[in-house]
Amino acid sequence: MDFNLTDERQMLQDTLRRYLADKYTTKLRNEILESETGMSSAIWTGLADLGVIGALFTEAQGGFGGAGFDITTVFEELGRAGVVEPMLDSAILGGRLIAALGTEAQQALLADVISGTLHLAFAHGEPTSRYDLSRVQATAVQNGDEIVLNGRKAVVVNAEAAGYLIVSARESGAADDVAGISLFLVPAGSAGLTLRGYPLFAGGRAAEVSLDDLRLPASARLGAAGAAYPAIAAAVAAANVALVAEALGAMETATELTRSYLMTRQQFGRPIGTFQALQHRYSDMLIELEQARSAVINAAGHLERDAQQRDLQIAAARNLIGRAARLVAEESIQMHGGIAMTQEYELAHIAKRLVMMDHRFGDTDYHLERFIDLSAA
Amino acid sequence: MDLSYSPEELAFRDEVRSFLRDDLPKELSDKVRSGAELGKADIERWHAILNARGWFAQNWPKEFGGAAWNAVQRHIFEEEAAMADAPRIVPFGLSMLAPVLQKFGSKAQQDHYLPRILNGDDWWCQGYSEPGAGSDLASLKTRAVREGDHYIVNGQKTWTTLGQYANMIFCLVRTDPDVKQQEGISFLLIDMDTPGIEVRPIILLDGTPEVNEVFFKDVKVPVENLVGEENKGWTYAKYLLTHERTNIAGVGFSRAGLDTLKRIARIEMSGGRALIENPHFAARLAKVEIDLMAMATTNLRIISQAAGGAAPGVESSMLKVKGTIIRQEINDLTRRAVGPYAMPFPSETLEGNNDPVGPDYAGPQSAQYFNNRKLSIFGGSNEIQRGIIAKVKMGG
Repeated sequence: MDFNLTDERQMLQDTLRRYLADKYTTKLRNEILESETGMSSAIWTGLADLGVIGALFTEAQGGFGGAGFDITTVFEELGRAGVVEPMLDSAILGGRLIAALGTEAQQALLADVISGTLHLAFAHGEPTSRYDLSRVQATAVQNGDEIVLNGRKAVVVNAEAAGYLIVSARESGAADDVAGISLFLVPAGSAGLTLRGYPLFAGGRAAEVSLDDLRLPASARLGAAGAAYPAIAAAVAAANVALVAEALGAMETATELTRSYLMTRQQFGRPIGTFQALQHRYSDMLIELEQARSAVINAAGHLERDAQQRDLQIAAARNLIGRAARLVAEESIQMHGGIAMTQEYELAHIAKRLVMMDHRFGDTDYHLERFIDLSAA
Repeated sequence: MDLSYSPEELAFRDEVRSFLRDDLPKELSDKVRSGAELGKADIERWHAILNARGWFAQNWPKEFGGAAWNAVQRHIFEEEAAMADAPRIVPFGLSMLAPVLQKFGSKAQQDHYLPRILNGDDWWCQGYSEPGAGSDLASLKTRAVREGDHYIVNGQKTWTTLGQYANMIFCLVRTDPDVKQQEGISFLLIDMDTPGIEVRPIILLDGTPEVNEVFFKDVKVPVENLVGEENKGWTYAKYLLTHERTNIAGVGFSRAGLDTLKRIARIEMSGGRALIENPHFAARLAKVEIDLMAMATTNLRIISQAAGGAAPGVESSMLKVKGTIIRQEINDLTRRAVGPYAMPFPSETLEGNNDPVGPDYAGPQSAQYFNNRKLSIFGGSNEIQRGIIAKVKMGG
């Protein structure tokens, strides 16, 4: 039993935490939020140069990590600083799908991802699919060596920056079937690909994606026809591990800002942190924070296990952390009062990250149901 | 014990319903329903429609041109208006300042300001909170020093709601720094065009410029703009706060919000069925509806006491706490109901320039969830309300 980080991960954590504390100030982030691209290319390059992207890939893939605890080490720090750059989309989702399914030629793209020169986006969710991972109605039809895609994809995060979209489409089966889903590498700017971009509430950008008779060579398919679902589930599992770790880091910032505010804000002639009612609520947040830390460890430690065990732990973590994140976000705002309602204050952004995370790959209730189903299985 | 409205009250409700059906412009109710931001002109338009019907100054006595509705009538209107997606009546001049002027103002102040409030000539905002004086309002520091026929005002107010539209502000200022905090405060009426006043918007976390900071630098205010007596402002402020707390439960808003939530949950699909048929979602929805049903009756119990002449006491604090918890829970459920389409930032679509991203009801839900975190903070935070309940009940 050892709950310490390895030396390499400890070093990564220290380096990344220092880098972000130094560079990723509230001021810079507010500028990024206002910017047209919704991200900073300087920060992205900086993160790549520090090896942060490489830490999310195995040695065989050209990185030096790639395990669950590498993901949590990185994303806890990204969450702590409220980073809006699309690490989840380019490295975890996009990177893992190519790594899992790509041919040697397709895998060559990973070097550019790791060096920070190539962005990716996973175009999977559809306007009515909500959180159902197997619900794919976009279609792919093969005629000889040509594949034609049609359909719509919803809230595709990082679509505008991506050099390639990894698009899911159905080659066979009914709308909810696990079998029959394929993935395709669609280059940005392809004819028949239309993006309607917009900013996201908690930072970053996404797009509604239309595929209208989009023609690809058969070599653009990732993996075997109709067999992409297990890789999608595995990539989304890794994304969920990243999200819970990001939430943990964000909760650490929220509770620390709240502690500091309670000790300095004076009302009725004393710091408001001397009121027992607030002390108890602050303590409750810390109790939930430690629960969350353990849930992240449980999830990360099971990422490489079989799908049933993996998904049970991940559903548990996302449900617990969904509840904890809402509590911490709302209580931190409440104990701060009006100041936390202002856009320029650090906590407002952190709270938005915490709450809006609930809308990616299933909310707290969705993961409760997942847990119930998987426990019964 | 009779849970139903009297025949007179039912007749009044029908009258309100037909008024809302006939006179509430569709452009306004569409905006409210979609969660779009209302501009100054929208609000003034609705105020004028109400005023033309004689229903703007609902709580004012007849002698000042009011409708002199009792608490039950006001409640009926508030509930029907919320359910009809009518704009909120902006309360600062009408329901906060006016009662103070009617009780404590000079004849000249009443004659000048009250008709202007009715006619929409003045837009008032509230100068209460300061950076260092929030929950502890009596610690306010904005200073007013008498010099001849004027007060010279220096200091800063904050969280001034819709101050960007206002031409007048009523302020609590410190006129005597050497006595007990509550005994050195005065109530001043200040023209926002006076030199030395600067209004700076505060952008809230949902991106809206709803509140402001107001700075005062050597602002000259004529002494006739003092309300009542110097250093008695705290008494007037407390009187005003009792009016701020009417409709504190927000039953109508919660009912309207619950309707919207159910409408969305019938459309949104989850796991092959409508979200409203999902047992976990349905359970949460049912719990909040059960809470709301009970609170609506608590609200009516308190209102009927008030209509019978009893002053609402700790009950209004209880209603505030419960009412805000319920509204915030409805906001949380609605945000969740829209799924991934809660993520887009709705600025473009709110301005009506573009097609919405996703279903038209999705856009404003995250913004409303975050914006309504204010409900448990402003108007006396829920912590302050709980303190009041304990203090009154435990005699501390």
